[in-house]
Amino acid sequence: MRRIASGFATAYGAHPLHLLSLLASFALAGYAAVKLVPQGFVGVAVWFVGAAIVHDVVLLPLYGLVDRGLLGVWRHRRTRAEALPAAPWLNYVRLPLGLSALCLLVFLPSIFELSGDSYVSATGLSTQPYLGNWLLVTAVLFGLSALAYAVRLQRTRTRRPPTGPA
Amino acid sequence: MPPDEPVGSTGRLSRLRRTVEDNPPPGPFRPGFWRSPLRGPWLTAVLGSILLVGVTILFVTGLLSYAAYNPELAGNDTTPGHGLLGFYLFDWPTRPSWLYWLLQGTHVILGFVLIPVLLAKLWSVIPRLFAWPPATSVAQLLERASLLLLVGGAVFEFVTGVANIQYWYVFPGSFYALHFYGAWVFIGAFVVHVAVRFPRMVTALRSRRLRGELSTDTTHTHPEPPDPYGLVSTAPAPASISRRGVLGLVGAGSLTMFALTVGQSIGGWLRPTALLAPRGQGTGDGPNDFPVNKTASAVGITAAAAGPGWRLELRGGDAPVVLSRDQLAAVPQHTANLPIACVEGWSTGNQEWSGVRLRELAVMAGVADPASVFVESLDDGTFGSTTLRGNQVLDADSLLALRVNGVDLSLDHGFPARVIVPNNPGVHNTKWVTRMTFEA
Repeated sequence: MRRIASGFATAYGAHPLHLLSLLASFALAGYAAVKLVPQGFVGVAVWFVGAAIVHDVVLLPLYGLVDRGLLGVWRHRRTRAEALPAAPWLNYVRLPLGLSALCLLVFLPSIFELSGDSYVSATGLSTQPYLGNWLLVTAVLFGLSALAYAVRLQRTRTRRPPTGPA
Repeated sequence: MPPDEPVGSTGRLSRLRRTVEDNPPPGPFRPGFWRSPLRGPWLTAVLGSILLVGVTILFVTGLLSYAAYNPELAGNDTTPGHGLLGFYLFDWPTRPSWLYWLLQGTHVILGFVLIPVLLAKLWSVIPRLFAWPPATSVAQLLERASLLLLVGGAVFEFVTGVANIQYWYVFPGSFYALHFYGAWVFIGAFVVHVAVRFPRMVTALRSRRLRGELSTDTTHTHPEPPDPYGLVSTAPAPASISRRGVLGLVGAGSLTMFALTVGQSIGGWLRPTALLAPRGQGTGDGPNDFPVNKTASAVGITAAAAGPGWRLELRGGDAPVVLSRDQLAAVPQHTANLPIACVEGWSTGNQEWSGVRLRELAVMAGVADPASVFVESLDDGTFGSTTLRGNQVLDADSLLALRVNGVDLSLDHGFPARVIVPNNPGVHNTKWVTRMTFEA
């Protein structure tokens, strides 16, 4: 029995249970996918695959590039500048920038009023405050980060006199 | 090819295969492309274990939300073709009265909270997407197909949910059908992924101490030891943030999402803190100042239709009973403090409703112990009518409300009369009720 299983494993590349559970999951996905046919199967499939592609080849490289740019500026400054910061500032920019971008990504439909009339007519509320609110949240995030950085800078200075690069 | 050289041809084939394997396309397919010193099995396992718990809660609360609609009753089912996927459905209770509020608030808020975790998890494993060769066995090939359902399904569920609560109806079809069946497409891949990776996750979690990582700064952050899975960079750059920094960033992201959405589920003075959530604004409507699911104008209800000519018709007994609003107001009134909780995750918080008990109306209709009631509204669109089960009719706090917080209902909140039932999904608390048909 074990020999059959190991022979199978050589040909297939994993334990028979691996195949069985994957096939079961594909069958379940197929069962549910058939129910989606009335919704317009092509549209749904495009959305399903498109969701993964948009994340993997658009969103992720985009924020990776922004971060790499920021990192480039930071490294460049670090080696060239005469007076080095007593504490590294990089992550005090990364944090509020990342959080603000997250809010923009998640609440994009509200911030850019993409819902059009459907939101306004259903809720009786206005989409107008959202852009301002996002900017307000962004301001608070950067403000808090600046405050935290100032405290860090102060503590680093009082703890040890500037003798070299941080 | 000469037939007497089979050995040579397989040799050429395996040489070709080796050449392909040894020469990945440029860019992300080359191992040295991924340089973050933080990627590694431990970090992936920490994020994965959070998602394991979180996504499980999302799935279960999602299924319960579907059960809360009582889809077996006439006209209630938003996905009537569910077949075996509705195997777990049960009679939805009316108690505790805050259960639906808790479940759906959790479903939506937790969904937002998990977005940064999901993004970080996908970032941590992105080199695997470009693994070269893409698969070395049938097993790997199948697993990669399953990962498409896993990642595509996860992003699909989050995007449809997030877009729907912001009324951005860009998805191709009915939200209920897409989100429900999409969850089932996703969950099989999720369970298999957890089963296949669980031992690896436990080993990775044990490979480093969380407390140690939380006290390690950037200067002392070094890559995890080389791993057989290709997560750890083969050409790591110097660390510019520690592992605690990355976990802190993800945690701060989750906290931000929580802080910006929780107010719309709690209501009261916390509502304005939901600065970016769809139901953070007040309506400025005095005692009626709590969120409206659909305004009267959105569904074409005019003040005239809900005016003095309005009548409530009770059916089910020998002859229909017709009542004006004044006649209803003369029936003994009952008061109940109940929230309206929407599938979109927001809630009105507790409001003080007063009106006639549904069970009293059942008696007036001539069906003292009803199995169900079919409620119709002046609104004849989606969710304009609802079927409530017997237990919902008979609950002492189930009302046909005429007033809220000491004043008449506003037109937007369902004047002249609306249903309010404990632990009932918001849209089943029908507004502008015109007819109730009780079934024995």
